[in-house]
Amino acid sequence: MENKPCRRVFTETLLELALSDPSIVALANDSIGSVTLGEFVERLPEQYIEVGIAEQNMVGIGAGMALAGMKPFVCAPACFLSMRSAEQVKVDVAYSEANVKLIGVSGGVSYGALGSTHHSVQDLALMRAIPGMTVILPCDNRQTRAITRQLVAYDGPVYMRVGRGAVEDVYLEERDFAIGKAVTLLDGHDLTIIAAGETVSIALKAGKELQTLGYAARVLDMHTIKPIDREAIVTAARETKGIITIEEHSVHGGLGAAVAEITAVECPVRQRIIGIPDEPAVHGSSAEIFRHYGLTVNNLVANALELLQLSLRG
Amino acid sequence: MRSNVQDLVKKAAAIRAEVLKMIHNAKGGHTGGSLSSVDILVSLYYEVMNVDPQNPNWDQRDMFILSKGHSVEGFYCVLADRGFFPKEELLTFSAYGTRLAGHPTRHVPGVEVNTGSLGHGLSVGVGMALAIRKQLYRRVYVLLGDGELAEGSVWEAAMAAANYKLDRLTAIIDRNRLQITGETEKVMRLEPLTDKWESFGWAVREADGHDIAELAQNLADVPWVPGKPNLLIAHTHKGYGVSFIQDKPEWHHRVPTDQELAAALRELGGGRDHGE
Repeated sequence: MENKPCRRVFTETLLELALSDPSIVALANDSIGSVTLGEFVERLPEQYIEVGIAEQNMVGIGAGMALAGMKPFVCAPACFLSMRSAEQVKVDVAYSEANVKLIGVSGGVSYGALGSTHHSVQDLALMRAIPGMTVILPCDNRQTRAITRQLVAYDGPVYMRVGRGAVEDVYLEERDFAIGKAVTLLDGHDLTIIAAGETVSIALKAGKELQTLGYAARVLDMHTIKPIDREAIVTAARETKGIITIEEHSVHGGLGAAVAEITAVECPVRQRIIGIPDEPAVHGSSAEIFRHYGLTVNNLVANALELLQLSLRG
Repeated sequence: MRSNVQDLVKKAAAIRAEVLKMIHNAKGGHTGGSLSSVDILVSLYYEVMNVDPQNPNWDQRDMFILSKGHSVEGFYCVLADRGFFPKEELLTFSAYGTRLAGHPTRHVPGVEVNTGSLGHGLSVGVGMALAIRKQLYRRVYVLLGDGELAEGSVWEAAMAAANYKLDRLTAIIDRNRLQITGETEKVMRLEPLTDKWESFGWAVREADGHDIAELAQNLADVPWVPGKPNLLIAHTHKGYGVSFIQDKPEWHHRVPTDQELAAALRELGGGRDHGE
């Protein structure tokens, strides 16, 4: 199968679901192109609400539609959706327990050289801190499709972030994913690598490379950042010698922090957090930004070897 | 009018008395804004809106949003009096563990959305009005404070409502001309308010915000202009109904003393006619 951007897989799946469920509506902020909603709008114009460049209003409208019985999917570039409308997300959606699905597209550093205005590397920290919010990062086409289907049946606020570019397959066959339940992609007892979204394929490759070097890494796809799979984390902390997280997000408040919040209390363990440091990201393509900050197989393997060396020294 | 206007005037006075008792009991609340909104709430909940207190989520109800969520005391009193929840619960207002918080939440039967941060309600109202577009008998009402209009999101929502021709959406401005710091026109000038809303594509009317019959007639009569959302500027007095509270910015969230409460209840007692 030809790989597509996950945002496109999301909109194709949403269209397929919306054709048989008139309560599904899509909203976007002058972003039909970015979100890839063109075909949806063409085929189901009555199930699309254009709100113009007004994210606060868009999220409030989404909440109102949900509270009146519809199933709104509020779609926008993740950077604007998560921060411009943060208070509407907190109050109108989460606090009001409105069944709104917030879909942040082109998340993380997808927009590359457009700069930090267009990067969303604080969105997980923000969304994770809001009571009642579920936070999901699918990693490939099949997972995006499967989770989008689940979102329609899931009653409650969700923030799902997908990237801009085409991604490699992590899953080679169709399968189901349980929200809140990590997937063990590789099992091992030397150390654990935990990833979400675009970094999962990097983690998987690093895990395989470590195998060739004689180390058995456990690789977890933590597609749900909240509610996070506490059991998988505690088990990894107990059964392996350390945990490395890798995320397309600030090292503050994202996946690494979510994991550390659990290990620090339940089972302290050597841990490394690979992500974007506390600075406006360097300018360049998203691949260049990944390389600049070590969101790479090589850096992950190097960190793994260092961590294993440290654990040998005790 | 379905109801007798004099009965509703008495009802409004009784609700004002209840509001003051709640605030006095809780030792906190938004006195001025709650009193200014009471007649608007009474006209909506006793005369205009189709709601079913026994079935708050009735799928054919009209929907109301208190965007100025701090005027919650009067809202709770009206909901309790209409039978959405027991009146005895009103004295738990702001108490530890209560569902009657200082701003409304959906845990209270009859509340459609949690509010309290200003500038949110009209967008939510636009969403509700979009959702019920095909149910031609349903209507959405949103009560805004005038100070709240400085929030930019209000104008995003105003644009969208006109764009989508939501003529069964009605916004009501509780135009008491006071906000916490002082006069609205000195804090952040709002006038010419009618021109602003008309230029955004709304049908605008003005009414005496303490004349229940006039309010009800206007609010029941929507849409005023087919294809346009409705804006009612309700001219009110903050703290209306109690001489020493009315039009005093310091009563935004001042709590009456025992003596002040007694004096206020004497003024409100016996269903004095505020209709003028």
